[in-house]
Amino acid sequence: MRTIKASEITEAVKKLCIEAAYFLNQEMMTAFKKAQESEESPISKAIFGELIENAEIAKTEMIPYCQDTGFAVFFIELGQGVRIEDGLLTDAINEGVRQGYKEGYLRNSICDPFTRKNTGDNTPAIIHLDLVEGDKIKIVFDAKGGGSENMSRVTMLKPSDGIEGIKRFVIQRCLEAGGNPCPPIVVGVGIGGTFETAAILAKKALLKPLEQENEEPVLAQLEQDLLTEINKTGHGAQGLGGRNFCLSVKVIRHPCHIASLPVAVNIDCHAHRHKETIL
Amino acid sequence: MIEPKILTLPLTDEVIAKLRAGDRVLITGTIYTARDAAHARLVKALDAGQDLPFPLQGQIIYFVGPTPARPGQIIGAAGPTTSYRMDAYSPRLLEKGLKGMIGKGPRSQSVKDAMVKHKAVYLAATGGAAALLSKRIKSAEVIAYEELGPEAIRKLEVEKFPAIVINDIHGGDLYESARSKYALKSDYF
Repeated sequence: MRTIKASEITEAVKKLCIEAAYFLNQEMMTAFKKAQESEESPISKAIFGELIENAEIAKTEMIPYCQDTGFAVFFIELGQGVRIEDGLLTDAINEGVRQGYKEGYLRNSICDPFTRKNTGDNTPAIIHLDLVEGDKIKIVFDAKGGGSENMSRVTMLKPSDGIEGIKRFVIQRCLEAGGNPCPPIVVGVGIGGTFETAAILAKKALLKPLEQENEEPVLAQLEQDLLTEINKTGHGAQGLGGRNFCLSVKVIRHPCHIASLPVAVNIDCHAHRHKETIL
Repeated sequence: MIEPKILTLPLTDEVIAKLRAGDRVLITGTIYTARDAAHARLVKALDAGQDLPFPLQGQIIYFVGPTPARPGQIIGAAGPTTSYRMDAYSPRLLEKGLKGMIGKGPRSQSVKDAMVKHKAVYLAATGGAAALLSKRIKSAEVIAYEELGPEAIRKLEVEKFPAIVINDIHGGDLYESARSKYALKSDYF
């Protein structure tokens, strides 16, 4: 049994929240530069230049990359050989969010769904917990923007709809989303499981490294086909026309019920902010 | 690309009439911020026959909820939020003299109709380029609904704030025309 203090988790979470808001991952900068070079539309080309400049200003002048500093979403892999001391895991994470958003000058964007009253500290965080082998804790943080989350959907297809049905649903969703989710977008697709599993898998798919090819050839092909078709919409950057509307599509699948074919599409904006650490 | 047009506020009907969907502009002058919660309150105030916290006549509303300013900063990150959520409220404000809106993403038909009718324009700023855009804001002051935090109404002085005309008063819609230029044939749509 390895002991980890709740305060260590809080400290790590706080750091992840601040770093995600100010330091865009290199994979996105690489994707912007690649898109800027290939883009045919002058407007989209100029926007890719703005996004690169925006990321540089965020980093050097400590101004958040986007004013929507997101819903704090966590994927935690908790080793079964870990004992957390001096507090609950959930409380430790929420305290880290509270401190990170305050000390990092990040926006509190969480409110009551009826009264719309802001909770004032960007909590509660959304926490997905997996128990795994080992004596470590892996904390993956996703700062999820509301505009792109609003464009995401879950559906329950019929088994007879098959892969073509999945493609139709995902592509149609991106077509309809248009300029709303702040393209260039990254698309996560969850296929299978139950109603809620599909949505969680779609979010998890968003957190995969952009350049990493899917280990399953059938999914690698599906990701490629979806990317090609989504970019045929011509939405481009910001929906102002162009070839580079979507930068990457990632798919995760899971066994499902013999009666079902759940599919979820989770859209992320170009403020594709996720950071991770291992304690 | 063609050089952007300089727009000095307040917007006059004459200037608005010359704007066309696709025009890039640099805005200098006073604008007001409002997003979801502030819009709900503005319309509620109009329904109750109360005065609004700022005069709508001839003004521009920027759909934004900035991050808190660090000590010594004018404002935090301040990029546009998605505009369709304001569609339920905008026609009411346009009827009362609002002349422009800055946001991102397409508007409903009723907002587009109201813009043509009341001679107003809708512009988009680059969504998510919030650090970059914040540099063009020269002063910021909360003038109403302070308790809404990021959703409070702020009076901003902007200088050469970059935007692009999406909907003009002649029925032009950049989101529709721009996409069709780059759309390719697909079996899925």
